[in-house]
This record gives sequence, C-alpha cells and structure tokens, in this order.
Amino acid sequence: MLQRNIPLVIVFVTALLLIVAFFIPHRPFGDLESRFLNWYAIVAGFTFLLGIDSLARHHLIRVFRRTQGWFYSLMLVLALFVTLGLGLYSWVRFRSPFALHAPFMWLYTYMIIPLQSTMFATLAFFIVSAAYRAFRVRNFAATLLLIAACLVMIGNVPLGGSVWSALIQFLPLPVKWGIWFGAKLLAIAMPDPRTADFVRFDLPAAFKTWLMSIPQAAAGRGINIGLALGGIAMSLRIILGIERTYLAS
Amino acid sequence: MKLWERLATIDRRILYLLLALAVVLPLIIRPRTRIQVSEPVQDAFTAVDQLPPGSVVMISVDFDPSSAPEVQPMLIAILRHCFKKDLKVIVTGHLALGLPLAEIALSQVPAEYGKVYGRDFVNIGYRPGYVAVMVGIGRELRDFFKTDYKGVPIDSYPFMRSVHTYRDIGLLVDLAHGATADAWIQYAGGRYNVKIIVGCTGVNAPNLFQYYHAHQIAGIIGGLQGAAEYESLVGKPGSATLGMPAQSAAHALVIVFLIIGNIGFLLARRRKGG
Repeated sequence: MLQRNIPLVIVFVTALLLIVAFFIPHRPFGDLESRFLNWYAIVAGFTFLLGIDSLARHHLIRVFRRTQGWFYSLMLVLALFVTLGLGLYSWVRFRSPFALHAPFMWLYTYMIIPLQSTMFATLAFFIVSAAYRAFRVRNFAATLLLIAACLVMIGNVPLGGSVWSALIQFLPLPVKWGIWFGAKLLAIAMPDPRTADFVRFDLPAAFKTWLMSIPQAAAGRGINIGLALGGIAMSLRIILGIERTYLAS
Repeated sequence: MKLWERLATIDRRILYLLLALAVVLPLIIRPRTRIQVSEPVQDAFTAVDQLPPGSVVMISVDFDPSSAPEVQPMLIAILRHCFKKDLKVIVTGHLALGLPLAEIALSQVPAEYGKVYGRDFVNIGYRPGYVAVMVGIGRELRDFFKTDYKGVPIDSYPFMRSVHTYRDIGLLVDLAHGATADAWIQYAGGRYNVKIIVGCTGVNAPNLFQYYHAHQIAGIIGGLQGAAEYESLVGKPGSATLGMPAQSAAHALVIVFLIIGNIGFLLARRRKGG
C-alpha cells in the first residue's frame, strides 16, 4: 500500500510545485523549478547507464547461449565497448573525444558517418519501389494524394521551375495568357507572401507552397491540437493518480 | 505478359538501377541549377541578416550523420553567414552523435573568416534531458553549461560572460531531424519568446509550416533544397547546391515511375472490367 501511495504523492506534489512555478517564477518556486530541472537532467544522464546495462546484458546472454544471430550480438557488444574505450582514451589524451585527431573522431568519421548515411540512403530505394507499387489511383482520395505528392515533389526541386519555364515557351499564346491571368487572379484573391510564387509565375513552386501552407498545415494543426489535448488529459490523469501504469505492477 | 501488365510490374532491381543512375550521373556531370529562393528560407536568412554585429546566435545541432547530407550544408551556410556578419556563435546540441558534426563544421568555417574559438564562437556541448535544458536556459545557462565541451569554464571566454538567459541570445537556430524542433518552439519560443529559425530534413519540414505561419518561428530551411537556397543567399554554393541536380533527377524519376505504374494499372483495370 505504502509502496504504491508514496510515488503517487511525490508525483502529485512535484507536479503541483512545477505548475505553481510556471505561473509564479519567483522565490521560492523559481529556484525549486531550477532544482527540479537539474535533477531531471541528472536522472536523464543515468538512464544512459541503465540503457547500456540493459543492452549489454541482453546481447551478452545471446552470445553466451549461442542463440540464433549471436554473432551480430557479439559485434554489437564489441562495437559498444570499443567506442566507449576510444571515447575515454580520447577524453584523457586529447581533453575531448571530439578533438579532430582523436581516435574517437576517426571512428566517428570513418565508421559511424558512412554506416548511418548508408542506412538512410538505402531508404530512398525502398521508398521508390514502394511508391511505384502502392501509389495507385484506386479511388478519389488516392488520386488526390497522388496528385498532391507529384506536385510537391516537382515543386520541391529546381527542375520543376525549369521544366515549367521550358514548357511555357511551347504553349500557344492564348493558353499562356490564360495561365498568366489565372495565376494573377489567384495572387490577388490570396494577398499573402505564400502566393508570391504565383506572382512570379513559378507554378510548380506555387502549388507546392500552397499545398504545404494551407491544407497540409491545417491538417498538421488539427493533429497537434489533438496531441496537446491528449497530453494534457494524460498528464492530469497521472498527476491525480488515475493513470498508474507507470508504476511497477 | 501484356504491355500494360509489364508497365505495372517493373522489376524492382530495374527501379533500383535507374534510381542509382539518376543520383550518380548528375553528381558526375554537374549540370547548372537555377536556385529559386522560397519565402521561408528568405525569412530565415533575413532573421540572421538583421542581427546587429556582436549579437549572439545559439545554434543547436540536433541531427546525426543519417541526416547530415541534408542538414550539414545548412550548418555550414549559417555559420558562414554569422561569421560574415560578425555575430557571436554558441553551438550546443541534444544528440550526442550530432556534436562531432558541429566540430567538423567549426574546424572548417571559422578559419575562412579569421574567427577564433572563445572570442567569436564557443561549443558548449551536450547535456542529457533536452526539455530540462531548454527550459533551464531560460533561467540561467550556467545551471547546465558551466563549462564548454572541453571542460573549460564558459566565463573564461569574454563574450560568454554576458550570456545568461535567452534574453541575451539574439536568435536561436535549431538544425534538427526530429522532435527537438517542436520542443525548442514550445519550451524556448513559447515560454521565453526567443526568436527561432529551424533547419530540418525535407521529411520534417511540412510539420513546421504551422509554426511558421503562426509566426512562432521566423523561418524554415527545409531539406536539401532549403540548404541550397540558403547557400545561394550566402553566395557560396556548397554540397547542397551540388546535390540539387541529383535530387531533381530522382524526383523526376519517381514521378515518371508513378505515371507509368498508374497507366499500366488503369489499362489493366479497364481490360479486366471490359
């Protein structure tokens, strides 16, 4: 009973103090907030140790038990300790692991940067393959999504503007005037910096900016407001002790 | 197999090969690219440009090598801009793996402008618990950063003696690939009214437009295109400008594939329906 109630009281009192400190940032609440923030940073630092312990333990057990894929676990443990060792050595020898001639930076430049970059770069291939297979005009919503995606992709690179400029040369004069008039009307209807590309007659960039600024931002706002309300509701549940899943069962 | 079925089912190895060529060839040929500066990037540039000489800019390096091809050129271009304008720079970061990238940029750019560590810029390093750090700087920087990344007290650097809270920082630049941008906007911008510009990966840029239009951030540098635009504004084209033809070709290829795939799909559906 006590084991359960003490953490709930700590959470309630801490939250109350932090809320009061937000509205009254003067002594003693302001100082208390600073102290709590420092404690938070220290606890966050110790979670790394916890993470290293958990990761090393999990993979060492896999190595000792020779479970499937144990070799990868061994590589991970070796990489972990080699990185740690080189970091500590560089810290002692060069006063910082980030000194450009330190062994840690060698490891960083020639191992971590290429490996992470390669991992991220391979995503491009999977995205192209997945987009080609999955992006189909199956219904109205999918068609809208496809058109929006194409407009953003073409408007997001200089090629869009160049292709448009070249294309416009070959259009008959009445069509060209029609597009120009439409673009001007759009810019007048929406007197906003966001429509500057319409005025400049760079239509791919204009459509991209409009899509990002109006429909996309509206959807983003809706999601963020929902997230914020959800966060407030969850925080209140934790502060008031209604939500207790963070406590050990 | 019929033509329309072939169009809808191109082997993925062919897609991979064509994409690789679309990326590699422009990097070799290096065609000229016309960079048109967009409004969010222009605003970010203006935010830096309007600062009086001697103002302090805090740059938070919140990306790691996976996003470096997109975001590192922004860091280099912004550093160039700051040093050209005689601004003082404080570099920090909330990703332990990001700070070496800052160190790489700081080993290259300041020398171009004759800037000296400690006099013109300082790297205060990384502290865990980014939300606490962001809120805490609003009260006193030294609560979290008594020393720089080398362990030297920050008060031993003359310009740092007058930097205590966000009030002493003219502009906050967050170069991010994740949620730290939202956190900076919500905790530093929302609570302490610090002026912020954000540079981020192309994937993250759409999430920031809502903040930009609500004037919660002064500008956005989004993706490689944003970085290339900033480079063109600074007047020193770099790796982002170099990468734009490759990105253009890759985007064009994806669009061509989407069109081909959908033509095949529609033809196949019409045949089946018929």
